[in-house]
Amino acid sequence: MHQTRRTVTMGLLAVLGAALLGPARALAAWNKGAFEAKSAPDAMRALGVSNAEESKAIEIRAPEIAENGAVVPIDITSNIPSTTSISVFIEKNPFPYTGTFDFSQGSVPYVHLRVKIGESSPVRVVAAAGGKYYTSAKEVKVTIGGCGG
Amino acid sequence: MAEPMKIRATLQGDVADVRVLMAHPMETGQRKDAAGKLVPLHFIQTITAQLNGKTVFSADVSQAVSRNPVFAFKVKGAKAGDKLSITWQDNTGDKRTDEVVIRAGS
Repeated sequence: MHQTRRTVTMGLLAVLGAALLGPARALAAWNKGAFEAKSAPDAMRALGVSNAEESKAIEIRAPEIAENGAVVPIDITSNIPSTTSISVFIEKNPFPYTGTFDFSQGSVPYVHLRVKIGESSPVRVVAAAGGKYYTSAKEVKVTIGGCGG
Repeated sequence: MAEPMKIRATLQGDVADVRVLMAHPMETGQRKDAAGKLVPLHFIQTITAQLNGKTVFSADVSQAVSRNPVFAFKVKGAKAGDKLSITWQDNTGDKRTDEVVIRAGS
């Protein structure tokens, strides 16, 4: 009995703690819920991204047509002042959320990465700056997919 | 044990251009081996870069990152001779840290 009550209390504290720590993403563990989400909107919800505003200040450089979906190079630059993180979603991939890059004091909001894209898909980027979210997307056509065998 | 990373950090003014190549299979859990069996998920989840011991760049990533991942990023306020270390950890708990000294640009 005692044991059960304590367990419930601990559980509640954990939930409360997670809610309070929500915005401090850098301190949080690898966000399993977001990474396992099967759609970009679900993943964004799990990450706490809301009301993302379309922005031309996010530059996404990626090939329009990628011959090999297993290795698609992407360069992302955010020209939004005080950008703290950039998240990437490949909307048509089985698990769209590809990752978040955090820029602490001292790094420029730029990242280059190489990703697998299963089929032609918009690559959506969400930048966080000053507690707000900004977004932009670029379509990448894939002739040979990069996820299967 | 994982292979060492290849890291290059070169100054352009006071910004260090960092490029890193990690040796990792980045298995998606969807690929089948020659015997038709699914190869289990095996991928890097977290990456941290520190300049002289202070975190300047970090990332959480999924299995959608390509095999033998390559990343590039830029660190402001770096000087030639500063130490840059990069650490990754994968979903099996395997991890690796490598360090380089930032070089002056040409």
